[in-house]
Amino acid sequence: MSDKPGRRWHDMGGLPAGPVVPEDHDFALWEKRVDALMVIASSKGHFTVDGLRRVLEDMGPEAFETQSYYERWVQSVNQNLIEAGVYSIHELGEKMAEVAARGDTYGDCAEGAND
Amino acid sequence: MTEFVRVSELMPPGHVRTPAYLRGKMGLIERPLGRFGNPEQLAYGLAADKQKLYRVRFSMAEIWGDGAENPDDTLDAEIFAHWLTPLETPDAS
Repeated sequence: MSDKPGRRWHDMGGLPAGPVVPEDHDFALWEKRVDALMVIASSKGHFTVDGLRRVLEDMGPEAFETQSYYERWVQSVNQNLIEAGVYSIHELGEKMAEVAARGDTYGDCAEGAND
Repeated sequence: MTEFVRVSELMPPGHVRTPAYLRGKMGLIERPLGRFGNPEQLAYGLAADKQKLYRVRFSMAEIWGDGAENPDDTLDAEIFAHWLTPLETPDAS
């Protein structure tokens, strides 16, 4: 296929690629929470899967190559919630500082890291 | 009802659901699927018009040309009406 000028990076159909490797993997608790957050936010009507995809696409290929699936998702969910007016950027900053003040080991039990 | 359609070749930069590899290609309406909110509006938090959505069938030969491994195999894609132009006959344009 001759590539089309203006094709966006995420629109990958038809590009040369290697074989698909079917892999099974478990999800971390935080990843399940990100997924649940998306379900809650969309079921409450704050935004749709279209908005989720739009932000993921606008993040560009570098984010796709350097970040995991749910790392990208949580950024997209956050941006859509800010755009929907669910919370302000300032409120987000205050909450992030509050969570950071709990210390680096606060989430270890939830992750089951030391069991 | 005209059954042959050609997919628009437009390449706007925003969120669209029509894959680039099908743009400009000719297909056959396989079935109408009903009306759904336009994702090009929903993606930006806008009130969405209900647009007709169709399942369109393409031949591998039409999509990939001489590069098609199995030219007679087909691929179905769901495409909104505003991306489709009805054709009187195949290869009309």
